[in-house]
Amino acid sequence: MWFLPDDAQREFARSLNALLTAADTPAVSRAWAAGDTGPGRRLWTRLADLGVFALAVPEAYEGVGPLPVELALAFTELGRHAMPGPVVETVAAAAFLDRLGDGTGTAAGDWLPGIASGKTVASFCVVTGGNPYALDAADADAVLVVDGDTVRIAESTGPVQPSADPARRLARPLGGTVLARGPRVTAAAAHAADVAALATAAQALGLGRALLAHTVEHVRQRTQFGVVIGSFQAVKHRLADTLIGLEFAEPLLYAAALGLAAGDAADIPAAKVSACEAAYAAARTALQLHGALGYTDELDLSLWMRKARALRSAWGSPADCRARVLEGARA
Amino acid sequence: MDLDLSPADEAFRAEARAWLAAHVPRAPLPSLETAEGFAAHREWERELAAGRWSVVSWPEEYGGRGASLLRWLLFEEEYYAAGAPGRVSQNGINLLAPTLFEHGTPEQLARVLPDMASGRTVWAQAWSEPEAGSDLASLRSTAVRTGGGTSRSSGAESGRGWLLSGQKTWSSRAAFADRAFGLFRSDPAGAAGGKPHRGLTYLMFPLDADGVTVRPIGRLDGKPAFAEIFLDEVFVPDADVIGEPGQGWRVAMSTAGNERGLTLRSPGRFLAAADRLVALWRERADPADTALRDRVADAVIGARAYQLFTYGNASRIAAGGTLGAESSLNKVFWSEYDITLHETALDLLGPCGELADTAQDAPAHGSWAEGYTFSLAGPVYAGTNEIQRDIIAERLLGLPKGRR
Repeated sequence: MWFLPDDAQREFARSLNALLTAADTPAVSRAWAAGDTGPGRRLWTRLADLGVFALAVPEAYEGVGPLPVELALAFTELGRHAMPGPVVETVAAAAFLDRLGDGTGTAAGDWLPGIASGKTVASFCVVTGGNPYALDAADADAVLVVDGDTVRIAESTGPVQPSADPARRLARPLGGTVLARGPRVTAAAAHAADVAALATAAQALGLGRALLAHTVEHVRQRTQFGVVIGSFQAVKHRLADTLIGLEFAEPLLYAAALGLAAGDAADIPAAKVSACEAAYAAARTALQLHGALGYTDELDLSLWMRKARALRSAWGSPADCRARVLEGARA
Repeated sequence: MDLDLSPADEAFRAEARAWLAAHVPRAPLPSLETAEGFAAHREWERELAAGRWSVVSWPEEYGGRGASLLRWLLFEEEYYAAGAPGRVSQNGINLLAPTLFEHGTPEQLARVLPDMASGRTVWAQAWSEPEAGSDLASLRSTAVRTGGGTSRSSGAESGRGWLLSGQKTWSSRAAFADRAFGLFRSDPAGAAGGKPHRGLTYLMFPLDADGVTVRPIGRLDGKPAFAEIFLDEVFVPDADVIGEPGQGWRVAMSTAGNERGLTLRSPGRFLAAADRLVALWRERADPADTALRDRVADAVIGARAYQLFTYGNASRIAAGGTLGAESSLNKVFWSEYDITLHETALDLLGPCGELADTAQDAPAHGSWAEGYTFSLAGPVYAGTNEIQRDIIAERLLGLPKGRR
């Protein structure tokens, strides 16, 4: 047993972190929120060059995956930098098409190489799960919509429905032609939803890490009553609890990824709810400890806070995840 | 990264499972915080030791199996899954033994460890004093050098050693234990000079010696789970000093790291408790009560998270790393988790949730009620959770020291 990322995995995460740190993601995110996806698409391509999207695409379609552990590490970095765009939905679409394989006619061959190279930005939604929206559907090159045992490629989208996270542009996918039908669609959609939940959990963990780091930095500088506020026990203890939440969510994420690699999704709901709760708690801590400044949209950290709120509801609500945990529990 | 067990690890796990299946008492033992239960638990320690399962991580020469940290974790998972009794020797095995392995002499190891492994000697800890709790370094009990001569309290001849005086309190297991270990002020100059961590000495002493008075203290449910220890010139030979005289703080802190680290509460204990909670929920709960369902799910998630977090730390240690302030994350997590889990169980029990563990009708032989009472002490002992959060904030997050 070696239950820690190995050197190559750490190096991969470091290289992504370096790329995203230099990319000014708050500006990219604000542009994306305003409908200017150019900077986001350019960054998307550079992430693809480092192999991020190829992790979800098998070698037969010019990818290197599926590699769930590396995917989890990569999405932690995307979350750490609040990368905008349908990153989760794109890898979920890839997992769906891969699992459906020949059942899609030429769709897997049509879309997967482009997803791996970063040329294709996809969105994906399962309307039978109760979610009628596809993330960034209006700006995606392909929108896959699963409804019961059918999947179609949407023709158009309804108006953008603003999200708690301004960089998440939700829309209802409309129309389109049926791509495939049958139990294989349902099974592939369930698998894709697991991949999406894993990637969302990873994104949330990264968001939470960044929220904590920025808040620690703030309380080490902000002075009141003649001392830095980070010297107050009430402040320290809240930050300590935030760290505990994140530290205990991380191993669940890794175990969920290892499980998925072995075809076992048992740890995914626990990872999803724990990482999203920890990230949301980090957002609440960040909001509180930044004072009134934390309640402004001007503060870049608000992009992280608002995404943490949105991700709680995406790809498995807290209640859904907890119910699934008990379905799979022993005894 | 992987979670795979080697064939040898699997074989070890299977051997433990088979032995436990054949030996774990069918009916639960009486509470170990009673005289009768203490004796029964001591007898169980003897049986465990006879199978060489009482201290699996120790070297073979002292009764162990030289098991790796991972195998210790596997053993603990099997141990609690089998419904085996709580460990009356826990203070000695988890707190004193690691200190002896690091600082003890070969003579001390050979004299102390085998009897600890077999339950022949059960150890109590003696850290806190009436005026020294979280601020442990302010302790006042003294160890005074004696060059041989007569003890004032006993009149007996003594060799070269130390005379211990003062008062210890909140000493877990001391009501029935044989010996105790703790810190004593051997050089008052340190405290007088504003350096209270200096001049402390780590000593072991018998609880039945002349000059020792043990006054049991009833915990919240009345059971004498801890005690006050009054010491009046109790003679202790040099052979029972651990490490160098005056270096006790440094020596003790190696124990504190262990206590808060991996060994005090193994994940196996919580995995087994979470499994029992799920069984109770399936048996008793209204499926429409999703609020309770969510709490049960959180207990399952928490046990799994703690297990995996510990596997990660075991990998880190196997690679030559150490646990420092990170062990404070552990301590806060398990101590609060333990209470939440038991609160959920008691809520599931409905009107029976208020029954004491001693009630004839108490569900599950009173194990939920007993476990709940036991869990309530967790955030207080082994360094309060307030102190742990200070450590996390200052040493892991880099925040400045402030007023306590």
